[in-house]
Amino acid sequence: MNIVVIEKLVPDLVEELEISDTGTSLDMEWLRLIINEFDDHALEQAILIKESSDAHITVISPQFEGVDDILFTAISKGADRVIKLAGDFENDLNSHALARTLSNIVKEINPDLVLTGVQANNDLDGSVGPLLSEYLGIPYVGYVAGVSIENENVKVRKEYPGGLGAEMLVTMPALLGIQAAESPPRYVAISKIRQAMKTAEIVEMDVSDLDTSGGPPVNRMYLPESGERATMIEGDEEQVAARLIEIFKELDVL
Amino acid sequence: MTTSALEELSITESFYESLFEVEEGERIRTCLQCATCSGVCPFGYLMEYPPGKMISMMRANLFDKVLDSESVWMCISCYACTEVCPKKIPLTPGLMTRVKEELLLAGNIPSELQSALEFSQRYGNPLGESPKKRADWIRGVTPPIPLMKEIARPVDILWFVGDYPSYHPRIQQTSRAFANILNALDIDFGILGREESSDGDSQRLAGEKGLFEILAEKNGKVFENYQFNEIVTTDPHAYNAIKNEYPKLGISYPVRHYSEFLFERLEQIKPLLVNEVNAKVAYHDPCYLGRVNGIYDPPRELIKAIPGIDLVEMSHNRETSLCCGGGGGGMWLDGYQWERAHVRLSEWRVREAVSSGAEILAVACPYEPPRFEDAAKMVQGASTLNIKDVIELLAVSIGE
Repeated sequence: MNIVVIEKLVPDLVEELEISDTGTSLDMEWLRLIINEFDDHALEQAILIKESSDAHITVISPQFEGVDDILFTAISKGADRVIKLAGDFENDLNSHALARTLSNIVKEINPDLVLTGVQANNDLDGSVGPLLSEYLGIPYVGYVAGVSIENENVKVRKEYPGGLGAEMLVTMPALLGIQAAESPPRYVAISKIRQAMKTAEIVEMDVSDLDTSGGPPVNRMYLPESGERATMIEGDEEQVAARLIEIFKELDVL
Repeated sequence: MTTSALEELSITESFYESLFEVEEGERIRTCLQCATCSGVCPFGYLMEYPPGKMISMMRANLFDKVLDSESVWMCISCYACTEVCPKKIPLTPGLMTRVKEELLLAGNIPSELQSALEFSQRYGNPLGESPKKRADWIRGVTPPIPLMKEIARPVDILWFVGDYPSYHPRIQQTSRAFANILNALDIDFGILGREESSDGDSQRLAGEKGLFEILAEKNGKVFENYQFNEIVTTDPHAYNAIKNEYPKLGISYPVRHYSEFLFERLEQIKPLLVNEVNAKVAYHDPCYLGRVNGIYDPPRELIKAIPGIDLVEMSHNRETSLCCGGGGGGMWLDGYQWERAHVRLSEWRVREAVSSGAEILAVACPYEPPRFEDAAKMVQGASTLNIKDVIELLAVSIGE
């Protein structure tokens, strides 16, 4: 079974986000990037499939800072081949552009399954999954929290709001937007990643002509502004706690 | 011999031989199976394979069963076993840590610990805080704490602050108190601030040797950029790492724990201790200061120098001190261990403090204040027990 996993790096929210001088995008200079958590689950799901049945996993990721680390980590977890999309993505890579670029590469690989995270925190123009499936002309199921292979088909468990779930049989080739892998992304020892860095190779594919049409026109990007009805309580823990007790008493809840 | 028996032999054998690479590791061959280690281990009664039994499983060629078991994660690397072994087998570094390494390589670790290790690798601290905020605690401190990058000159002392003293609100108090003491003594010091990474010792003891090496190398490179006479640290784990482990990686600097450093200056400090602290104080020997590095008296002498203090001893002290439960990854195994033990080591220790009649439990390691303070909320009779680092007691006595 031939599986492709699409991963991308997104802003790490541990750092504070700053808006760039243009006022329409994030300031990328001080931003740290981290693997999109849902893509990490997609990789884990692929590895789980590989562990239960024979599979070959190719991981593809666009070149952002830290891409080598996530690709070597994928190798040490069990991926067979890793591809870096080389290019200057300074002006951000919208989902339409990424999906178009990926579709040519994925068509060449001709996989049975494409797994990617169902969403990412910087998807301004929608998620990559549905867009890519449309360009590839294959079915897409999103919010998938369980995958098993049944002969020529793949059985997925899809989550709906309200606690509803559905089990579907999907013909392959298919693209799945992973919400959660069947078990949390595994830990891999640093020594194993270092080992992968020495022995494994990252294939580089140049993607210079990006068709970014379909991306959103951003008028303004700004940090959440506190509304008038919110009072920010200042002070250290003791002062804040004392003020809170005052307020609860005023509101007659204490 | 069947093929599977041959395979079993090689797992046990290759692991066994790897133990000899640890200093004095070959002593494991001389184990008497006296079970003192398993007996003294605070969580030994909960382990499927406490240290002594691990050794017997190795001798019986059944070590793969030990590697299948998770109970090694109850070990907090407190060195109690190592301390009492009559054959002086280095059980903690030479067996428990190695088993954790094997489990970790197989990806078999509790999720709490996984997060702490992933954070350490990404952010240089196990708390998952931004590395840019590592020196935020110095804001508002007067006189301002010198940052090596800013002052750009040699100093006498490089103060290696550590993760919890930098980020944890409770221990930031200890850090500020230490700055006060250094200023009162006119010490020429500096800190690395954002350039500092976790010392890596607890991560090493939790089985992540590769991560430890990365962190040590990072710190080593930063040390090279600056000139100083010695490193002083308020964290026994950082002290242990820099003194005993970093040199193995070629990173060699003179280092002392604050207790030794201040004890050396006791005659200079005494006249500054103007305020009385009228209390019964019990001193808790941190594992990595006491058992592991043999420092028992300097902290006690510092406490005794404070006017008004009545120093008492708890029933377990010095070499028999009871671990707070934080070391060796224990800080990030709390949930896991609680599920199995339904008791925390820190609560045992607080109970001892209460029995000793102490009003203040004095500590000398950054993991301890939050652990003992939480325990004091749970233990009967401990609601009035105060937990203070020796630094904080000195600072109170000095005043300002």
